Amino acid sequence: MGRKLLLEHANVPEIHTYQVYRAKGGYSAVEKALKMTPDEVMEEVKKSGLRGRGGAGFPTGMKWSFLDRKSEKPRYLVCNADESEPGTFKDRYVMEKIPHLLIEGLICSSFALGSNTTFIYIRGEYKWIVGILEKAIAEAKNAGFLGKNILGSGFNLEIYVNNGAGAYICGEETALLESLEGKRGNPRMKPPFPAISGLYGSPTVVNNVETLAAVVPILNLGGDEYAKIGIGKSTGTKLISACGNIKKPGVYEIDLGLPVYEFLNSDEYCGGIRDGHRLKAVIPGGSSVPILPADLFYKNIKGEERNMSYESLSDGGFVSGSMLGSGGFIAMDETVCIVRNTWTFARFYHHESCGQCSPCREGTGWMEKVLHRLEFGHGHMHDIDLLVDVAKKIEGNTICPLGDAAAWPVAAAIRHFREEFEYHVTHADKVKNSRLAHLDDYKKELVLL
Amino acid sequence: MIKVTIDGVEIEVEPGTTILNAARKAGGAIVPPAMCYYSKLKGSGGKCRTCLVKVTAGSEKDPRPMPKLVASCSTGVQDGMVVQNITSPEVVEARKGVVEFLLLNHPLDCPICDQAGECHLQDLAFEHGAAKTRYEEERRKFDKIDIGDKIQLHMTRCILCYRCVYTADQITNERVHGVLKRGDASEISTYIENVIENDFSGNVIDVCPVGALTDKTFRFKSRVWFVKPMNAHRDCSKCCGKTAVWLHGEEIYRVTGRKDQYGEVEEFICNECRFDKKSKSDWVIEGPREVERWSVIRQNKYEIGTQVQAPKNIGYGNITV
Ligand SMILES: Cc1cc2nc3c(=O)[nH]c(=O)nc-3n(C[C@H](O)[C@H](O)[C@H](O)COP(=O)(O)O)c2cc1C
Ligand code: SF4
Ligand code: SF4
Ligand code: SF4
Ligand code: FES
Repeated sequence: MGRKLLLEHANVPEIHTYQVYRAKGGYSAVEKALKMTPDEVMEEVKKSGLRGRGGAGFPTGMKWSFLDRKSEKPRYLVCNADESEPGTFKDRYVMEKIPHLLIEGLICSSFALGSNTTFIYIRGEYKWIVGILEKAIAEAKNAGFLGKNILGSGFNLEIYVNNGAGAYICGEETALLESLEGKRGNPRMKPPFPAISGLYGSPTVVNNVETLAAVVPILNLGGDEYAKIGIGKSTGTKLISACGNIKKPGVYEIDLGLPVYEFLNSDEYCGGIRDGHRLKAVIPGGSSVPILPADLFYKNIKGEERNMSYESLSDGGFVSGSMLGSGGFIAMDETVCIVRNTWTFARFYHHESCGQCSPCREGTGWMEKVLHRLEFGHGHMHDIDLLVDVAKKIEGNTICPLGDAAAWPVAAAIRHFREEFEYHVTHADKVKNSRLAHLDDYKKELVLL
Repeated sequence: MIKVTIDGVEIEVEPGTTILNAARKAGGAIVPPAMCYYSKLKGSGGKCRTCLVKVTAGSEKDPRPMPKLVASCSTGVQDGMVVQNITSPEVVEARKGVVEFLLLNHPLDCPICDQAGECHLQDLAFEHGAAKTRYEEERRKFDKIDIGDKIQLHMTRCILCYRCVYTADQITNERVHGVLKRGDASEISTYIENVIENDFSGNVIDVCPVGALTDKTFRFKSRVWFVKPMNAHRDCSKCCGKTAVWLHGEEIYRVTGRKDQYGEVEEFICNECRFDKKSKSDWVIEGPREVERWSVIRQNKYEIGTQVQAPKNIGYGNITV
């Protein structure tokens, strides 16, 4: 059995209540933190090697140290609970099951950062979780872990939950801040970074739900102990939301560095591909990261086994690698049409682009339309190269990374599955008549594992 | 003063200057095109991505190149920074892409568009674009909307530069003009088709780089190259009163702010000067305005037969007018 730091008590009945959470040792990290200085808490987080769990994997301790402490303005911590990346549903699991873990992490982190007002920005579609969190906040306040002079330490903290209105882009940290301020959720130009000028122009740290929850075990174990878990610069445990054609979809906590083969095939985790089918491709970190064909998923281009870590999954760069991303793990078997899948993602990014900058606003729609043509058998051979070129012209040329996130999956799908796109042109009649059946005679040519 | 090198030209500027403004200080071919930045509008820029440049050395102290192309309108210069604009094939290629994106859903109805001849999108496409589009699908369309009785919004032509939004935001503290929806469905709109009740609302016409916001008092009256721009002024209680009046014979066809070579007005003017003062007796006419040598507006003027240098790098050579 793998170690569980975040989800250890997730299945304890009534763990969402303060009493049960407390009885299981909850809020001991707060008690510990408030006896330390904020700098000491930050030091533990630095030592832990924790990296942002929201997608980019930026070292959390370093991010915290960028916060402008000299400013006269109040400092804010904002918890990013927008979780809208297709394939990612780990934050939801934490918030629904053990809301107090997040609240505890928020109290410790707010203390370290000197934030007396902390916000949770939660996606519009998670409306019912707002109630769960607010109840947890009220219980914590009742128990003296929130409000004025917490545990006699002199530290004050209020936590507010803010419900978004259903825009993926509001997960991008600066769009999130705009939205929290009551404005249209357009990403801001950077610099200035939120650490200098964030919410209401004040120094702000934005962190993912899982990142902030991980502060609890870090304080309980000590940063050094936490850093011993994992592999290299990928320390600690990570939540992976696994879905697709696997036997056991769900949210799993893994030690970073777990071999990908084990994650996908062992009964403890995904349980393997459903019976009678074989793995065709994997998107290891949410819809924004490059897709990998089965062989490149299991082994990198040098033939070394991959493991679930930031470094190993990105080995090979965008030519033959992918990314751990947010941990939205999507496994596909041979019944999945890559063209259709790529079109679906393109449709998502087209729909979610904020429209501020021209390459993303126009390019995402264009890619979707061309992919639609290909998927439904109206495409031409030159459309495939057109897609590659459009993706290239979006990538790196936009204000925020949504442009890249839209371009990468298209570029990667064509890089690894070009024959499948070509098949949609050469066998247009077949594709027109049935959307999926054409895979039957096509799959022979694929590398399936 | 700090030093920055753009396409081999060394420029000295104040700290805090953007790459674009440093380039503008030197002028000429090294100036990146800018469709959304407007120096008089706080917060503008960064959106259109036409001004992307390559920073090959970040600064004297840290000479590493920047990993991505950057928007020159919103990136500050550092001492010893080295920048490539048109000397970088990567920039030229990316810009071609941006122009293609801007034109993707654009109607290109220049023959019936009031902006033709003074349209920044036309200039941009001419200088930096490809001759053909690769877009095969239907283009997006919107209905025309009247913003009051003097301004028309033709959203189909809008490039979402947000300039009019910043203008509306900065002339009034009552937000009634902004962006609705998102992505390529975004549209400029006023709050339930409200009029922007403000003496300076007409300036949204001047800041608009394309024919999306036009002056209804001038609509379809004349092509801009058949009217002559003259500097004029009057005593105005609301604004500076310094304008450009556009003459057709003895008649004033329209009044606008005085625009510089980058299409930016020197000063905003009020609606009274713009829409109501259309008689020559309202104005003291100072004399003809300088028109860019290659501007289409020059076509109907003036010095027939002179050699006009076509805009930078388009490979068309010289044009005789
Ligand atoms: C388009 C877009 C959507 C994003 N959505 C989320 C999200 O839903 N949740 C999240 O935690 N981070 C999201 N991010 C990443 C955030 O911008 C930010 O990097 C993250 O919240 C930082 O937290 P971390 O350092 O703890 O990972 C998104 C980024 C982009 C560009
Ligand atoms: S990249 Fe897309 S989502 Fe991001 S700012 Fe530009 S248009 Fe908006
Ligand atoms: S806005 Fe410019 S490019 Fe567009 S139709 Fe009018 S003149 Fe032509
Ligand atoms: S209407 Fe004109 S000024 Fe306003 S956003 Fe569109 S193009 Fe820009
Ligand atoms: S002028 Fe710089 S991005 Fe538009």
